[in-house]
Amino acid sequence: MNLRLDFGVVLERWPLFLDGAWMTLQLAVLATLFGFALGALCAVGRRSGPPWLAKLCGGYVEAIRNTPLLVQIFLVYFGLASLGFSLSAFTVAALALTINVGAYTTEIMRAGFDSIPRGQLEAGECLGLSQRQVYWHVLLLPAMERVYPALTSQFVLLMLASSVTSQISAEELTAVANYIQSDTYRAFESYITVALFYLALSFVMRLGFWGLGLVLFPRRRRLGTPL
Amino acid sequence: MIATQLGATHLQFLLQGALWTVVLSAIALVGGGLLGFLVALCRVSGSRAVRLASGAYVQVVQGTPLLVIMFLVFFGLPPLGLNVSPLAAASASLILYVSAYMGEIWRGCIESVPKPQWEAAECLAMSRTQRMFHVVLPQAVRIATPPTVGFLVQIIKNTSLASVVGFVELARAGQIINNSLFEPFLVYLIIALLYFAMCYPLSRWSRRLERRTGFARRQQVVSP
Amino acid sequence: MSQPLPSSAAPVVSLRDVHKSFGSLKVLDGVSFEVPRGEVMAIIGRSGSGKSTALRCIDRLETIESGEIIVCGHRVSDPKLPLRALRLDVGIVFQSYNLFPHLTIEENICLAPVTVKGKRRAEARETARRVLGQVGLGDKLDSYPEQLSGGQQQRAAIARSLAMEPQVMLFDEVTSALDPELTGEVLRVIEQLAAGGMTMVMVTHEMGFARRVADRIVFMHQGKVWETGPAGILDAPETAELRQFVGSGL
Repeated sequence: MNLRLDFGVVLERWPLFLDGAWMTLQLAVLATLFGFALGALCAVGRRSGPPWLAKLCGGYVEAIRNTPLLVQIFLVYFGLASLGFSLSAFTVAALALTINVGAYTTEIMRAGFDSIPRGQLEAGECLGLSQRQVYWHVLLLPAMERVYPALTSQFVLLMLASSVTSQISAEELTAVANYIQSDTYRAFESYITVALFYLALSFVMRLGFWGLGLVLFPRRRRLGTPL
Repeated sequence: MIATQLGATHLQFLLQGALWTVVLSAIALVGGGLLGFLVALCRVSGSRAVRLASGAYVQVVQGTPLLVIMFLVFFGLPPLGLNVSPLAAASASLILYVSAYMGEIWRGCIESVPKPQWEAAECLAMSRTQRMFHVVLPQAVRIATPPTVGFLVQIIKNTSLASVVGFVELARAGQIINNSLFEPFLVYLIIALLYFAMCYPLSRWSRRLERRTGFARRQQVVSP
Repeated sequence: MSQPLPSSAAPVVSLRDVHKSFGSLKVLDGVSFEVPRGEVMAIIGRSGSGKSTALRCIDRLETIESGEIIVCGHRVSDPKLPLRALRLDVGIVFQSYNLFPHLTIEENICLAPVTVKGKRRAEARETARRVLGQVGLGDKLDSYPEQLSGGQQQRAAIARSLAMEPQVMLFDEVTSALDPELTGEVLRVIEQLAAGGMTMVMVTHEMGFARRVADRIVFMHQGKVWETGPAGILDAPETAELRQFVGSGL
């Protein structure tokens, strides 16, 4: 029995952890940006698109929400390969995560759009705004402000979920921990360390979203009240 | 993909894997549910210390990927002298994970029982425990049903991560078959369909319950 | 106010035999009326008489089944009508204000002039200052809607419409959501606009106000124009329904 913990040999390899954390953060930021764009567009498509588009967006959301991320990642990975694309593990990981979080964002943004009273849209239309302008000026920002907490927790969960991309050898934090534990035979210490990195990254992301919220929603910054 | 070697034995193997997925989900639901109930009670406890400790537990578990918890339990414990089977490791990890999320969902449900209900019970000279079990919890259960069913979908999906510690559930069964056939796209497509067949009815049910109770709390959880 | 347009003889708003139903319920059953330039028309009637629907049809918030609506030369009853052109000419104020909660009052007012009319921001700001002064809210440029009282919000909503320099203003029960002590400030603003020569159609419950400000009254009942005429008809109703309506003090 060896109950002595030895973090020394694990922490010696700190540059590897930093590289892994950096890649995890990159994956999270890329998937958040593109996933949000995808989700917002799908929410619009579901709400205002022609029936076939609304159905397509609905099908996409259901397909993603009812299958595991792990399987989605493999499908993207092998699907692209069978079509003859040879992309880096990082690209495939970013793509799969984007597709995944896009579906959740669609649902959240839809709830946000639904929370805007009809009268707001009518007021926009009656001022002569086009449908696109109504979406942009009247719907998008207030809807986002209302669902901002749900959106941001989704994106933090996405960052944590990116650990699954280690299964297609994306060299993010979890893959780094796998490598270090096989190198040092210090599995417990390696995974505890990497868990702390994830906790720190969650904290950093929450802080970042809090700051972004202040920039995006001047009304909340000034009044401090929820919309 | 036309001339596939995929045969009936393969499909049978996959279905067997799916059965283990169901078993693992049931273990996670029951174990995680019990622990999660405790977490929920601690989160609304009268004692500040208990509230803080349970809050920290939730924060730590929710801030760690389930995959890392799996690795930690399966690879991290044996060097410390504690050997665990893949099933035990997967179950323990899922129970930890489920308890943290379920605990938070249920805490929200308990807190959403209107305050006057608490006060009314207090005026009837009931003790804190009596108030909780006779007045608040019965109402919270009704509120909690839709999000709990919804979270069941997350549990099923997350059992797929047990494959990384070598437990042969649906995802792992697929990997094994793929290693002999090497038709990954087809195999994973079938796996995805099987997961969908398990999860989609639950999703629909949860949404129907949500509509019926008029309780549409947004509880968004992505699958790690 | 001068009327330089050569077409000033043509009515600004004209409805001819307009029909509309919601399902099996006939809400507009052959409604016709005209509003000449510079006139103020008040539409009165019980709830469910179709008065709000008639108003909303003028700005194409509702579509009609048959009949003809022409507003400022736009054939509103034509399904292919470009809505933007219509809405540049028509301003509407709602019962529930419908200010945009995430924008300051100034941003609320500048939004349409900048995005729809393509005005420069500085110019739009100047307009905002002017119209807010007109409704007595010159000091509220930087406030958010929720910081204002109901009456102030409604005045800001009127200012937002004015900033688009419409040819006709529609008011849809604009004081119904307000506490009684706040209706006065809103009615005073509308009265000023009327005195300035603005063409207006308003659906209202304020009978005293209608009597004082309106050039013409339209009394609607069961989806029809039941009685119409100058404000005097309120004092000497011809039909039993109007007599009852006026008498009930509604």
